[in-house]
Amino acid sequence: MPINYYIFLSIALFCIGIVGVLTRRNAIIIFMCIELMLNAVNLLLVAFSKMHHLKMAAVNATAGTDGQLFVFFIMVVAAAEVSVGLAIIVMMYRNIHSVDVNFLNRLKH
Amino acid sequence: MKLLLLLIVLFPLLGFLVNGLGRNILGKRLIAWNACLWILGSFVLSVIAFMTVREEGAQVERYFDFIKVGKLTIPFAFQVDQLSIIFLLIITGVGFLIHVYSTSYMKDENASHYGRYFSFLNLFVFSMLILVMGANYVIMFIGWEGVGLCSYLLIGYWFKNNEYNKAANKAFIMNRIGDLAFLIALFWLIAKTDTVSFNELFSPGGLKNLTSTDFTVITLLLFVGATGKSAQIPLYTWLPDAMAGPTPVSALIHAATMVTAGIYMIARSNILYSQSAITMNIVAYVGLATALLAATIALKQNDIKKVLAYSTVSQLGFMFLALGTGAYAAAVFHVMTHAFFKALLFLGSGSVIHAMGGEQDIRNMGGLRKKLPTTYFTFLIGCIAIAGIPPLSGFFSKDAILLSAYGHEKFGMVLYGIALFTAMLTAFYMFRLLFITFTGKFRGTAEQEHHLHESPPAMTIPLVILAVLSVIGGFVGIPELFMHGGDKITAFLTPVISGTGQHNVSRSTEYILMGLSTGLMIVMIIFAWFKFRNYQRTEAVGLGKVLENKWYVDELYEKIIVNPLDKVGSFFNSFFERSVVDGLVNGVGKLVHYGSRQLRLLQSGQVGSYILLMVLSMVVIFVLQFFLKK
Repeated sequence: MPINYYIFLSIALFCIGIVGVLTRRNAIIIFMCIELMLNAVNLLLVAFSKMHHLKMAAVNATAGTDGQLFVFFIMVVAAAEVSVGLAIIVMMYRNIHSVDVNFLNRLKH
Repeated sequence: MKLLLLLIVLFPLLGFLVNGLGRNILGKRLIAWNACLWILGSFVLSVIAFMTVREEGAQVERYFDFIKVGKLTIPFAFQVDQLSIIFLLIITGVGFLIHVYSTSYMKDENASHYGRYFSFLNLFVFSMLILVMGANYVIMFIGWEGVGLCSYLLIGYWFKNNEYNKAANKAFIMNRIGDLAFLIALFWLIAKTDTVSFNELFSPGGLKNLTSTDFTVITLLLFVGATGKSAQIPLYTWLPDAMAGPTPVSALIHAATMVTAGIYMIARSNILYSQSAITMNIVAYVGLATALLAATIALKQNDIKKVLAYSTVSQLGFMFLALGTGAYAAAVFHVMTHAFFKALLFLGSGSVIHAMGGEQDIRNMGGLRKKLPTTYFTFLIGCIAIAGIPPLSGFFSKDAILLSAYGHEKFGMVLYGIALFTAMLTAFYMFRLLFITFTGKFRGTAEQEHHLHESPPAMTIPLVILAVLSVIGGFVGIPELFMHGGDKITAFLTPVISGTGQHNVSRSTEYILMGLSTGLMIVMIIFAWFKFRNYQRTEAVGLGKVLENKWYVDELYEKIIVNPLDKVGSFFNSFFERSVVDGLVNGVGKLVHYGSRQLRLLQSGQVGSYILLMVLSMVVIFVLQFFLKK
């Protein structure tokens, strides 16, 4: 499959993520959208890594593997982030009985 | 030699540091010993250096690189040659005597001020030594500035009197004007030749890059510097006002050493000056004009120190006349003899003021001869010496100057005539001062009369030594006329000074001129005797009043320079400072205040809006990058 398809798909995913973050007020959904953006990037990394490997395998047997390594890093970080983020959301719900981020503007005052 | 030269300079500095830092701890006796001994040490080392120079010629010792920029290297180096060794001996020798004198003159001060006084005095000697020993113009400039600073500190020594502070400011500011010109000349020289060392500049070929315009401008600027330090027209008015300082300070700074810095500098740069006939003429004319002007003012002054101050200005004018007519050696010779008799006269006047309990107005003195015999006798010698009666020192040096004026190729007769007239005035006002002060009846209060006493030995001994020097000091420069090989000082200075003493005056003319000047001086002295031996107080009228008010030069400066500057200053204060500068500063403050008030609105606390801004700015950055790449 041409690389273009992957690029278009990940752009679409990324944009959905951004729009979600910008428009939704529910913290959990915003959270999911952030995950979506991360995975769009993951997809792109894997696609480019594969393409690079196919081209350069003759010269360098490990060409392109670093892109895939990055994906693992991102996954690990995302998992850690999810655990922290969800904990915050739980605490938030306990305190204000809502997960609407627009209520969370107390720092202003 | 390297260590020796360094020690000559370091001794006074050490004295300054010890006295300056320890003035609250050391007693007065210790301070006095400390101050005097360092200077004495310097003097002894200078004598040793003199012996070396006489046998081996000039010595240049390089210590380290002071400034190193590009092609220009300015070493920190000392040079002791025939010219500077004479100044070294004068500074440390006369300086030592004045230190000794001061120990007694200033004894009524409390210990802390006493220490301050002597530390300044030592610092002054230190600066002056740097000035004359520097092997290039930059080191010389350090000393040049140093003596300016010290004169400020010492003139304003009694800082509680506001008038004295003003006099100190005046001296400092006038000097600054000259210093600026000196600096510009220095930069000009560096730009053209890439060096400031005397050795390199004055060696053959050292000045090949300079055009005749360069020579004229540089020498003129240097001369402006010299007029500031050596009190010539138009920057002379600070020196008479500088009499605000204690009398020994006047003797040290304003008679014997500091004011000769300009003479030294020009004598040192004689090779530059010889290249520019225009400058030479200007120097001669300015010197002569100053000599005449100051002498006329001195005729009518009633403050004992003011008379001496104007006489100093006048004598300095003579020295510049000598420089301008190419007789550098005669100028240096006159510096030396002048240092002797002017220090003597100033210290003598200090002794009189001391006896009178601070009174300086000669109209309130009179008949002091019997009460102050030593002071009278030494003062008399000083007067004879400055008047130029043979065989005292002033005669020989003044005669050399008059002769060089006569030898001027264009206006020899005119220059000689005016110089002779000025010399006659000198004899007249000096003996006026002497007769009014020491003869006739005492005109002060009864209390002062009761208080009259001869000064203690610490003051009279320096007077006697200086009197002896004033008598014999001239014998190093007896004209060829009287003794073959007599003019030792010119011969001694020959390696440093180009083309001296070649006046084309025949022997018979020389005899006639000498006889003429001596005769006229004696006539003037006798005239002064008849006029002032029984002085009665009279009000000056007509020209006398103008002279008493110093030709109204101070008032003129006040009108044409100080007042306009004041006006400009107050305009800038009221308009520029208030509206432009303050407006700018306050405007910046207001702008920041207003801007932050507006920017604060962005901080809404809504997470969504922050993220939106983040995304938008990222998009903008990407777009910009996309376009700017091409």
